[in-house]
Amino acid sequence: MADKGFEIEGLVRKFGRTTAVDGVSLAAHRGQVLGLLGPNGAGKTTVIRVLATLLRPDAGRVRVAGIDALRDPAGVRRRIAFSGQHTSVDEELTGRSNLVMIGRLLDRGRQDARRRAGELLSRFGLDEAADRPVSTYSGGMRRRLDLAVGLVGRPEVVFLDEPSAGLDPGKRDELWRMVRELAQDGVTVLLTTQYLKEADALADEITVIDHGRLIASGVPADLKRQAGGHTVVLRPADAGDLDAAAAVVARVTGREPSRSHRHGLVAPVAGEAEFFHIAARLRELGIDVGEFAFRLPSLDEVFLRLTGATATGHVAEEAA
Amino acid sequence: MTTPRTRTAGPRPLATLRHSLVLARRSLGKTTRNPGPVVNGVVTPALFMILFLYLFGRPVAGSTAQYAQYLFPGILVMGAGLAGMVSTGTAINLDLRNGVTDRFRSLPISRTAPLLGSVLADVLRYLIAVVILFAIGTLLGFHAEGGAPAALGAAGLAILFGFCLSWLTVLIGVLVRSAEAVTAFSFIAFLPLQLGSSLTGPTDTLPGWLRAWADINPVTHAMDACRALLNGTPEAGSVGRTLLWSAVLFATCCPLAVRAYGRQE
Ligand SMILES: Nc1ncnc2c1ncn2[C@@H]1O[C@H](COP(=O)(O)OP(=O)(O)O)[C@@H](O)[C@H]1O
Ligand SMILES: [Mg+2]
Repeated sequence: MADKGFEIEGLVRKFGRTTAVDGVSLAAHRGQVLGLLGPNGAGKTTVIRVLATLLRPDAGRVRVAGIDALRDPAGVRRRIAFSGQHTSVDEELTGRSNLVMIGRLLDRGRQDARRRAGELLSRFGLDEAADRPVSTYSGGMRRRLDLAVGLVGRPEVVFLDEPSAGLDPGKRDELWRMVRELAQDGVTVLLTTQYLKEADALADEITVIDHGRLIASGVPADLKRQAGGHTVVLRPADAGDLDAAAAVVARVTGREPSRSHRHGLVAPVAGEAEFFHIAARLRELGIDVGEFAFRLPSLDEVFLRLTGATATGHVAEEAA
Repeated sequence: MTTPRTRTAGPRPLATLRHSLVLARRSLGKTTRNPGPVVNGVVTPALFMILFLYLFGRPVAGSTAQYAQYLFPGILVMGAGLAGMVSTGTAINLDLRNGVTDRFRSLPISRTAPLLGSVLADVLRYLIAVVILFAIGTLLGFHAEGGAPAALGAAGLAILFGFCLSWLTVLIGVLVRSAEAVTAFSFIAFLPLQLGSSLTGPTDTLPGWLRAWADINPVTHAMDACRALLNGTPEAGSVGRTLLWSAVLFATCCPLAVRAYGRQE
């Protein structure tokens, strides 16, 4: 257990009649980045708030940094940082005062708190804005400060609820880089997102939830495999072999491949066995291939398939 | 809707106090940048004093100088409770609306600390308000018959009472949904508490229904106690009732506020 950054088992949390989280389990190793992915209302915030000891679960076990979050929430709080969906910094204070204040609350001495604040301001590129009230900061700067404030106490586990919400793509990349740096330093990170692209870019593993239930989890490639829908793409080196190749694909997969200008032949396959079978037949027949690929579905396709209709609106929004 | 309770270990009360002071500094820092509440806490009572002094001075007490002796102690109590009355509840409410409270609650500090910090900052605001009010009162002809010890005692009692009354505001701030509502609530509470009292005259001069309220209003007792102290005729009765009311306000509002704060969504 000691190597677990955090783990929850069978988490249930209700709000009145709504069951926000319904039996979700997830875990991350130390230094791992876990992406919790799901559309709006899926239960992501509830999960992350339970982990951050801000909410008590109705059922389930919660351990963070090896500590039982229900028995010793204070112990957990000493080892974590939490950044809510809306930034949790004091708008009226300067960036520096925010950092110093948190340092003081974490029992650092005045000097030490100021030194740590200076370090973090530099690391997050906030030197120039350090002594301005946060209310004058841009969204990106606020997020960076929020992350910096979380790191004052050198947490072992960091919880980020939709960290890139409202950031433009440039600022988002910057934030992603900082999250990766955290993981390199051995910090375990749980981040929630509605965007597959973000989960795919940052997370070692992704857990997909919807309507409070776990839908799928695994490394991104596994997820794609789990959702099935592999295709084989085949373009013979000699265009004259196209019909023969199509016949091979049809024989193996039991389906006529579609033909496209760009890719040549495209056909769904049941698994990699069929792919190798096709390869062997092509060899036997002496058909040379120009391009021959076993393709996973795109993550968007996976997401749609996993979460069903609920995600449709969301994917459209991301595309917009 | 419950949240894990902080485990207490080691010298927690001291740590809580230390953390509260850090958070009180935060609150005071805001006051330096936005001194509105303190100004309000001085200007409002001062205006009431001037208004009542020249409205009622001659008809009620025969002269403004004599009326100042009666009026000022009540104004002092008003000042010691008002400087934070609106601002604390509003500030706590704002913290709850944006993410700052979540940040505090995910830190290994007692959940009392943010509330206590805010109230401690109030105490300093009250202190400033009281000092300025004494100066204004003196200018308007008030003279503490009881001398410096009586003035200190009255100021201390008024501030202690203000501290306990602050917890009522804190409770409202934690329970009510929006900052505007907190302001409205506090203002509505202000009128009966501060004016429905012995501020302008002894309660037996008031009409029956108002008198019934004024007689149980804790603010009346605080004003009576301060008046007696400042006039050099301390009364154990009104001081005792003020202390009792302070204890009751504190003992009910503080735990309720801390509990509600701990489990706020
Ligand atoms: N404090 C609350 N009171 C009532 N319902 C809530 C509360 N918090 C969340 N919910 C409900 O629980 C479900 C999950 O919400 P949430 O965890 O915020 O999802 P997400 O962060 O994935 O958008 C939603 O249906 C939401 O309306
Ligand atoms: Mg959310």
